Amino acid sequence: MTLDTTAVTGTDVVLSVRDLSVVYDGADPVRAVRDVSFDLARGEVLGIAGESGCGKSTLAYAITRLLKPPGRVASGEVVFHPADGPPVDLSTLHGEPLRRFRWNRVAMVFQGAMNALNPVLSVRRQLADVFTAHRPELRRAEREERCRELLDLVGIGPERLSAYPHELSGGMRQRVLIAMAMALRPDVVVMDEPTTALDVVVQRDILEEIDRLRARFGFAVVFITHDLSLLLEISDRLAVMYGGRIVEYGRAADLHAAPAHPYTVGLLRSFPRLRGERTVLHGVPGSPPDLSRPLTGCAFTARCPYVFDACHHTDPSLRVAGTTRAACLHYDPALRPDGPPEALRAGRFDSGPAECAVEEAGGDPPVDTTGRQPRREAAEPPQASTDPVTAQAESAPERDGAAPETGPWPPTGGGTR
Amino acid sequence: MTTLTVSQLSKHFPLRDGRRRRTLRAVDGVSFELRSGQTVALVGESGSGKSTIARMLVRLTRPTTGEIRLDGIPVAADRRAVRRYRRDVQMVFQDPFGSLNPAHTVEYHLRRPLRLHGVARSAGDVRAAVHDLLARVNLTPADQVARRLPHELSGGQRQRVAIARALAPRPRILLADEPVSMLDVSIRLEILNLIDRLKREEELAVLYVTHDLATARYFASSIMVLYRGQVVESGPADEVILRPAHPYTQLLASAAPDPGRPRSSTPGGMRALRGGQQTATDSGGCLFRDRCPAAMRVCHTEVPEFPVGAGHMARCWLHRPDAGQLPPQPR
Repeated sequence: MTLDTTAVTGTDVVLSVRDLSVVYDGADPVRAVRDVSFDLARGEVLGIAGESGCGKSTLAYAITRLLKPPGRVASGEVVFHPADGPPVDLSTLHGEPLRRFRWNRVAMVFQGAMNALNPVLSVRRQLADVFTAHRPELRRAEREERCRELLDLVGIGPERLSAYPHELSGGMRQRVLIAMAMALRPDVVVMDEPTTALDVVVQRDILEEIDRLRARFGFAVVFITHDLSLLLEISDRLAVMYGGRIVEYGRAADLHAAPAHPYTVGLLRSFPRLRGERTVLHGVPGSPPDLSRPLTGCAFTARCPYVFDACHHTDPSLRVAGTTRAACLHYDPALRPDGPPEALRAGRFDSGPAECAVEEAGGDPPVDTTGRQPRREAAEPPQASTDPVTAQAESAPERDGAAPETGPWPPTGGGTR
Repeated sequence: MTTLTVSQLSKHFPLRDGRRRRTLRAVDGVSFELRSGQTVALVGESGSGKSTIARMLVRLTRPTTGEIRLDGIPVAADRRAVRRYRRDVQMVFQDPFGSLNPAHTVEYHLRRPLRLHGVARSAGDVRAAVHDLLARVNLTPADQVARRLPHELSGGQRQRVAIARALAPRPRILLADEPVSMLDVSIRLEILNLIDRLKREEELAVLYVTHDLATARYFASSIMVLYRGQVVESGPADEVILRPAHPYTQLLASAAPDPGRPRSSTPGGMRALRGGQQTATDSGGCLFRDRCPAAMRVCHTEVPEFPVGAGHMARCWLHRPDAGQLPPQPR
């Protein structure tokens, strides 16, 4: 078993991100992305998971150099390694070289299948636009031919070239966006919540389409979504973001089997599984941190059931934690010589911390009143922690004889295997 | 013990397509029952009619045909009767960003239904009732939350306010129309657990409208699967999800994300089912037949409900009793 799961052998890397930080300037600058590093291997799917406001979309925009003021890259670098030729530091690109780089090398499928297309232009105009901008040498007939090929690639008939976005279903619009990203055969495609607004069946079709195209053209995918259950299924490797940082990083299978960071553990217990036994689940109570305030210590302290003293003043960085890498002080041998607590290793995520977290001490009453709720529940364990069990017991008779498959509380093993 | 009985509920919308007139059968002959202390899940894709059903149940949309009875009493059409009915039947909407007025405080949103339905009259009573409601949905400290405007709250907190508002008239039936689909995955369960706790504490009958099979199974005792306005399968939650009988339910279950499933083993056999847009009108027969891998000639005739287990029915010819002992179960 390799210890360093982030290391990808040199030539395989197509994009490497080092200590990237993004700030939105303002009266209270928001540090939306903080010291993010990862390597994207050629042809792999890297999943980036996290809730809204964790910085995952900002990261996508930073990678594709699409950040607009007041957003700016404060530090760090994004290096693109073409298969042929020397590495390119994206931050040094400006003007014409940047324009030529975009979409040729790194393309993006934007969030919101419904809104990313221009409603007053036909599909033909919007697809052809890519070629007029990047392949001006193409003649009109050749452009038309390429547009047809593109639509064919994603399983849409050429008669739809004349259609306007409102005449297409949500799934088809998303396919058009994917076709557009494929236009110049990029090495990397960044997909920001490409299937979020779609029905499950359509979502499954789109995912299969992406997989098929990836097998054919060999591009790497950065797939961003808040739906961890989806990412576990489609990603090779996974980065879990919280409060602007990657808090856990590793192979998807490892992260699923043995999550190390308490937040990942909580996320994995946030969605019931379709099949398999029913377990009592809670999600991750509370709200994400306010990144416009200075953070001392780990950003997750306010919601973490495993918080201890050091968490309030040390901001952990990624370190080896079992089979993955996690930014959690429980894996620091200097602070925790005995390793992480048994419950964390067992994948339990019970409730919030008992005492108030530091960053809430000052300022006006924080908005995250739900952040208090777990603590309140912790103070009344019989009510909070047993009621889902009674729920199951109560509803058992009407489940037609099916025995409630709930184990004793707290369940062990977590909803993770 | 409260029962909301829905029988043969239909909603047809007239469509004009140039000079042709057609009818969109958004909801077509749906019958079910909601009982105190139970959650029934209504599952389907967008456009299947699930929100239309919820809207008809709170009388936001008038049914074309069919009947809704609350404890055996049909709902009269006059305004006072509807108001009385709404006291008992309340709804939580999908979008907590759109369902609260951005110009008004949380307290205002909760005060209105309290006053309107005569739950509390004096200023002191109203204030106490507001605080009580906020405490019940775990929004504390109540006096601070009450003064807030919607934009000062997170999505999950807003949805809690929406739930508190629905609870204000002390309803007996709660309709939750995709209550968590706009929220982050990490806080969805909290909201659903809250609805589940309230269901038990207040003996509510809950209709949970969703497109997510996994949470439907987790929270509901029974599930109805809706396809283009018709209930194609219904039964106990575990039965419907673990042993889906209708090909459409099987398709939904196979398409749902399943982290346990290893990569590259996505079922290719279901590809034949790729939907695309269906025509809105149809002339009898199974509505799913165009996408169904098991479609037969008989599928062009009206499909009755066939029992496939205890309390479990499917509207599919594969399950007719005389179909021999080989009801195929393609996975």
